[in-house]
Amino acid sequence: MLRALEAIAISLGALLVSGILVALFIVATGNAPGEVFYSIYRGAFGNWFSWQNTLVRAAPLMLTALCTAIPARLGLIVIGGEGAMVVGGLAAAIVGIHLQTWGPWFVLPSMLVTGCITGGLLVALAGALRHYRGVNETISSLLLNYIAIAVLMFLVVGPLKDPATMNKPSTYSIGEQNMMGALGDSAIHWGLAFGVVTCLVLWVLARYTAVGFAADVIGGNARAARLVGLPVGKLLIGACLIGGAAAGMAGVIEVAAVHGRANASLNAGYGYAGILIAFLARHNPIAIIPFAILLGGIRASGGLLQRAHDLPDATVLVIQGIIFIVILAADMVYGKFGLFKPREAN
Amino acid sequence: MEWDASIWSVVVAVLGGAIRIGTPFIFVSLGECLTEKSGRINLGLEGNLIMGAMVAYATAYLTGSPWLGVLAAGFSGLLLGLIHALLCQHPRVNDMAVGIAMMLFGTGVAFFLGKPYIQPQAPHLPSLALGDWSSSPTVQAALNINALFFFGIACVFIMHWFLNNARWGLTVRVTGESTNAALALGINIRRVRLLSTMAGGFLASVGGSYLSLYYPGSWSEGLSSGQGLMAVVLVIFARWNPIHCLYASLLFGGAAALGPALQSVGVTWGYYLFNAAPYVLTLVIMIVTSSAKQTLPGMPAEFAK
Repeated sequence: MLRALEAIAISLGALLVSGILVALFIVATGNAPGEVFYSIYRGAFGNWFSWQNTLVRAAPLMLTALCTAIPARLGLIVIGGEGAMVVGGLAAAIVGIHLQTWGPWFVLPSMLVTGCITGGLLVALAGALRHYRGVNETISSLLLNYIAIAVLMFLVVGPLKDPATMNKPSTYSIGEQNMMGALGDSAIHWGLAFGVVTCLVLWVLARYTAVGFAADVIGGNARAARLVGLPVGKLLIGACLIGGAAAGMAGVIEVAAVHGRANASLNAGYGYAGILIAFLARHNPIAIIPFAILLGGIRASGGLLQRAHDLPDATVLVIQGIIFIVILAADMVYGKFGLFKPREAN
Repeated sequence: MEWDASIWSVVVAVLGGAIRIGTPFIFVSLGECLTEKSGRINLGLEGNLIMGAMVAYATAYLTGSPWLGVLAAGFSGLLLGLIHALLCQHPRVNDMAVGIAMMLFGTGVAFFLGKPYIQPQAPHLPSLALGDWSSSPTVQAALNINALFFFGIACVFIMHWFLNNARWGLTVRVTGESTNAALALGINIRRVRLLSTMAGGFLASVGGSYLSLYYPGSWSEGLSSGQGLMAVVLVIFARWNPIHCLYASLLFGGAAALGPALQSVGVTWGYYLFNAAPYVLTLVIMIVTSSAKQTLPGMPAEFAK
C-alpha cells in the first residue's frame, strides 16, 4: 500500500516538475504558460468534442503501452510496439480483404485474432532471441520495427495496393459493412473499450494470479526465479507474446475502426509514445489507462495550440519528451522519502 | 549490351551511395562506439542527428557559413549528450529508456525550433569533384565526394589511435571493461562516461549536419530515416572497432543505395524490401554470432551487465 502511494506520489510529482519545465519552455517561446495550459486543457478535456478526440487517441496508446509494460515486468525493455502495431494492422487488413463477404460477425473476430497473433509473434520473436541466443531484446525489437515497416510499405505500394488510393497508397478496403462501429452515438469507436478491457484483464493477471506473481519474481531476480524452478523462458516469451498481441490489437483497431484499410498511418508513432506511457505508469496495466488518456489529450490539443497560439504541431512532441525525461529522472528519488518507508518492527 | 550497361550503372551508383549515404553513418557509429567503449549505451543518437541537422541548417542560413553550422551542430549534440549522461549517472535510471526519451525530446525540440527553416535555402558544404576525368555522369556523380566524408575518415583513424594508444583512450576502455579496475586505478568513472557520452553526442550531431547541408541537402521533418537509431546496430556490427565502423557504415550506405539504384534502371519491384536489407542482415548476424552464455567478442564487459 505504502509502495503504491509512493509510486503515485512520485508520478504526480514528476508530472508537476515536467509542467514547470514545459512552462519555462513556453515562456522561452514568448507565450504565456497559463494561457497555453488552458488551451491544452480545452483541446483535451474542455468539452465533449475534445473528450472524444482524446479518447480516440488514447485507445491505441493503451495497447501499445502494454507492449512495453508487460515484458518490462519481467525486466525486458521491448520497443517493438510500433512494429507489432504495423504487422497486426496489416495482417488484419489482409484477412478483412479476403473474407469481406462473410459478414462482419465473422470478419471482425478473424481480423482481431490474426492481428493479435501476428503482432504477438513479432515481439515473441524478440523475447525468444533474448532467451535462446542472448540477443538484446531492445535492439532486436527496434530492428523488427524497421523490417515490419518495410514489409508494410512494400505490400501497400505493391501487391496489395488499391489503385484508387493515389495520394496515400493503401491496401484495398475491408468493406464499409465490416468496420468496427462507434460507441453509442459518439465519435468514439469500439477500440477504446478494447483498450480499457485489455488493460484491466492484464492488471488482474499481473496482480492476482500465480503467473503474474511468477513474472514479478523474474523481474525482481531472474536467477532466483530459475533456482525456485520457474519456467523463465516460457514466461519471458509469453509476456512478449501478450505485449505484442496488445500492440497488434492497436493495429487491428486502426484498420477496422479508423481507415478501413492498411496504410502508412499504422506507423504514426503510437508505438514510441506507448513506451513513454508504460514508463509513466511504472509498467502497471491499470495505471496505463489514465496516463494514456492524459497523453492522448495532449496529442489531441496540438491542433488548438496551432490555431490559438501559433505554436507548431511539434509542441506536443516537446511536451512528451520533457515528461518522459522527468519521469525517468524521478527513478532517482525512489526510497528517499521516510514518509513511505514501512515502519520497522521494534 | 544494354543489360551490361545497366549492371555497371547500378554498381557505380551503389559504390557512390556507399560514400554519399554512408557518411552520416560514420559519424553516428563512431560517436556510439566511443560512448559504448566507456560502458554506457546511448540509444538516443537519433535525437542528436535530427537536432544536429536542424541546428546546422539554421546556423548556416543565418551566418552564411556551412562550417559554422557543422560546429554549432556538434555543440548541440554535446548538450544532448550532457543531459543523457547526467540522467544515466544514477544507477537506478535505465539508460536504454533514457535513450528513447532523448530521441523523442531531441526530435521534438528540433521540429519545434526548425519550423522557420523549412523554406529558406542554406549554403551547402563544399565537395570535391574527383570524377571529372570520366565522361559518364553516373561516375561523376558517384565521385563527387563531400569534405565531411574525408573528415569522417580522419575521425575513424584518430579514434582508433586514441582508443589503442592514448592514455585517455585507455582510460575510457578500462572504464568500459571493468569498473572495479577503473576504481582501483583511481579513475573518476562518472566523469569518463560523461565526457565519452558528450563527445559521442558531438560526433552524432555532426553526422546530422551532413544530412541537412549536403545530402539530401535541406532541412525537413522527414530528413532522417532512422540513421541515428542504426548507430547502436552499426556498432554491434562493427564489434566496437572504429575501423570496422567505417566499413559497416559504407556497407549500410551501399545497401541503402541499392533500392534507388535498381529503380533508376527500371527495376521497381521490391523497392521497400531492399530498404529493409540492412536491418535483416544485422538481425541475422546478431542471431548467428550471439550466444545465451557469453557476450559478443569485442563488447565492453561493463556494457553487457
